[in-house]
Amino acid sequence: MFEKALVGSKRYWTWVIVLLAVIGIGFITYLQQFKLGLGITGLSRDVSWGLYIGQFTFLVGVAASAVMLVIPYYLHDFKKFGKIVILGEFLAVSAVTMCILFIFVDMGQPMRIMNVILHPTPNSIMFWDSVVLGGYLGLNIIIGWATLHADKKGTRPAAWVKPLIYLSIPWAISIHTVTAFLYAGLPGRHFWLSAIMAARFLASAFAGGPALLIILALIVRKFTKFDPGKEAIQAIGKIVTYAMIANVFFLLLEIFTAAYSSIPGHTHPFKYLYFGLEGHARLVPLMWASSILAIVSIVLLVFPSIRKNESMLALACIALFVSLWIDKGFGLIIGGFVPNMFEKVTEYWPTLPETIITISVWAVGFLILTILYKVAVSVREETAGIELEH
Amino acid sequence: MYDTGKIIFGIVIFVLFATFPFYSNIGKVSAKPEPKLDTPVIQQLAEKKCVESKEFMKVEHMQLLNEWRDSAIREGRRVYINSEGKEFKISLQNTCMNCHSNKKEFCDKCHNYAAVKPYCWTCHIEPKEKQL
Amino acid sequence: MSMDRREFLKIAGSSTFLATIGIGAGWILSRPGEFLEASQFLQTKELLKAKQWAMVVDMRKLKTEEDYKKVIDACHRIHNVPNFDNPKDEVKWIWLDTFEHAFPGQESEFMPEQMKHKPFVLLCNHCENPPCVRVCPTKATFKRKDGITMQDLHRCIGCRYCMAACPFGARSFNYRDPRPAIKEPNPEYPTRMIGVVEKCTFCEERLAKGQMPACVEASNGALVFGDISDPNSEVRKILNTNYTIRRKAELGTRPVVYYILDIPTSVVPGGEGNV
Repeated sequence: MFEKALVGSKRYWTWVIVLLAVIGIGFITYLQQFKLGLGITGLSRDVSWGLYIGQFTFLVGVAASAVMLVIPYYLHDFKKFGKIVILGEFLAVSAVTMCILFIFVDMGQPMRIMNVILHPTPNSIMFWDSVVLGGYLGLNIIIGWATLHADKKGTRPAAWVKPLIYLSIPWAISIHTVTAFLYAGLPGRHFWLSAIMAARFLASAFAGGPALLIILALIVRKFTKFDPGKEAIQAIGKIVTYAMIANVFFLLLEIFTAAYSSIPGHTHPFKYLYFGLEGHARLVPLMWASSILAIVSIVLLVFPSIRKNESMLALACIALFVSLWIDKGFGLIIGGFVPNMFEKVTEYWPTLPETIITISVWAVGFLILTILYKVAVSVREETAGIELEH
Repeated sequence: MYDTGKIIFGIVIFVLFATFPFYSNIGKVSAKPEPKLDTPVIQQLAEKKCVESKEFMKVEHMQLLNEWRDSAIREGRRVYINSEGKEFKISLQNTCMNCHSNKKEFCDKCHNYAAVKPYCWTCHIEPKEKQL
Repeated sequence: MSMDRREFLKIAGSSTFLATIGIGAGWILSRPGEFLEASQFLQTKELLKAKQWAMVVDMRKLKTEEDYKKVIDACHRIHNVPNFDNPKDEVKWIWLDTFEHAFPGQESEFMPEQMKHKPFVLLCNHCENPPCVRVCPTKATFKRKDGITMQDLHRCIGCRYCMAACPFGARSFNYRDPRPAIKEPNPEYPTRMIGVVEKCTFCEERLAKGQMPACVEASNGALVFGDISDPNSEVRKILNTNYTIRRKAELGTRPVVYYILDIPTSVVPGGEGNV
């Protein structure tokens, strides 16, 4: 099936070459970082995780969100997701790959990455995170490929695929739970030390990931003959709405606990993020932008009449995605480090090389996504009209 | 056969690529490395012998160093009793390099020849060598 | 025997896969464990032993700037700790900070001026229940039998999870090559490399030689080092007769660096007796 990615329109190849060029620039920049160390990033002794780990965290959510299509389709036999579920699975493959790359570029000694496997350490959450992420990547590649292959031949997927699909459901939940546990179990990081962290992570994931999927589905429909289905998109829109409301609700719970208890350790990070602390307010505009975009997206989504208009839905999804990207891909990580362990404020802002590397990792993700979607769409274009039945 | 031209072209490129190390080194003679042992400390030794036999050290010094490293750092055991019962302090910088104070003529000779780059020296400080 | 292409590829593929795993496993298992039967690894005879090393910092005995400088220099010089002169890339094993930063939440507006401004000596707390060890994905940082929280810089992958986990800000990451920032390298001790996390080791290399940690030796009695599990040790005697505090003890990491506060004697009647 892979041969389908090797033939395409001029537009397809232009896009692929643009992505390759961005990846190339990023790779050269990474070589610089590899040689000189992470000193070329904005990271410091006080803020020791930043953009890279933020992207990792955010993308684990995107990866986990595939489950929001798998559950209705495979558990509730919601037929309308038949055509779009593959897009979710392939999005997960691309997102997990980006996660692994972001961890890799964040490492001080990347050549020693195998130490995690050579010296397995079950008491480390990071060990479990690498286990569940690797497993999830494998599951989605196998499931996506097997179901697509069956579609191509107009048959049902082999019997062994079903158990894997069921396994992928709790597995998706686990990847984001474990990622939340990376943060939620650290003494002294009050901003992260919260039992609702995993729930909030999942809620934001089930809003942000499907929102991205809606955008992608609309793009696919615009540029190819493959139509994921109007009703399917609307159904995902509902999922996004509920999940986003849950996410904002959870955030407000956190804010209540911090604000009403007034315990300095709990309030300071929120103060820093939304109002600034001791004269440092670098993240304030970003965090308010995130809040406003969140409200805008909820208003647009919550009224069925607006949501049914696809351009409004797309707009809402973009607003929501950007809002969550700021909140989770940036604020959540930096907030954990400011103020530092001495109640002092050290600010963080990514440098140019750091930003270039980050963009190019996204480009790798988009390239993988493009290729996988090209294959899926080509197969679907061929079998258009044939009713699918898994 | 389809695409004969493309396939042959591909094979030629592959062969050129795979044999690069051979033709790029044609005509260059690399002498067999002979690490030097003539440091002042070694010359003063009554019995010129390393922590283990020469044959063993030649083949296994990297494993021995790994064992030394794990023993000293992870288990806090900093004394090595060799197969003859002799005692040595476990330390790359203070034991090995005390005798082999000529890193360039000793370590680097073989490592360069074999094109291996052990990363010992990014942390461990190499002995100051007298300019010859 | 006939075989279609698909079948052939299946068999070829799976046997290659199995062979790779087999060779890999064989290689790992066959790596020499103790390859010289007769050789042995022992502790040094001089090694100072303990169940849990601990430290008491007697703030009353640290008086002049010189007293502090001697303590910090002693450590940073022998351990080749680089000096970058910027807080972003900073590496430090032992350093100074005021009461409100060392003990956040404990400070009060009205505490004696002397306590408010006097710098505290801070270092790794060698916690009995260390979060850094708990989170490390490679066991690069680990707890030694004598209670020292040690790290194996050959194994550290530089993920910096330990820096996020340490509530005491005791860990430094090598954001840049440390070599150019070391003025006079100590040839007997290694430096570090780009991309690993480092911190105080309670001078385990000196304990192996029967010596006290460098900071203790340079402190003129202000820093006291000993086995906290031994009721007859000096640290235990001091803890039994003085009021001491620890940084963020409420987090349950059980730090073993104790501080005797320098409270003006007029505040505590009989406080003089402790000096």
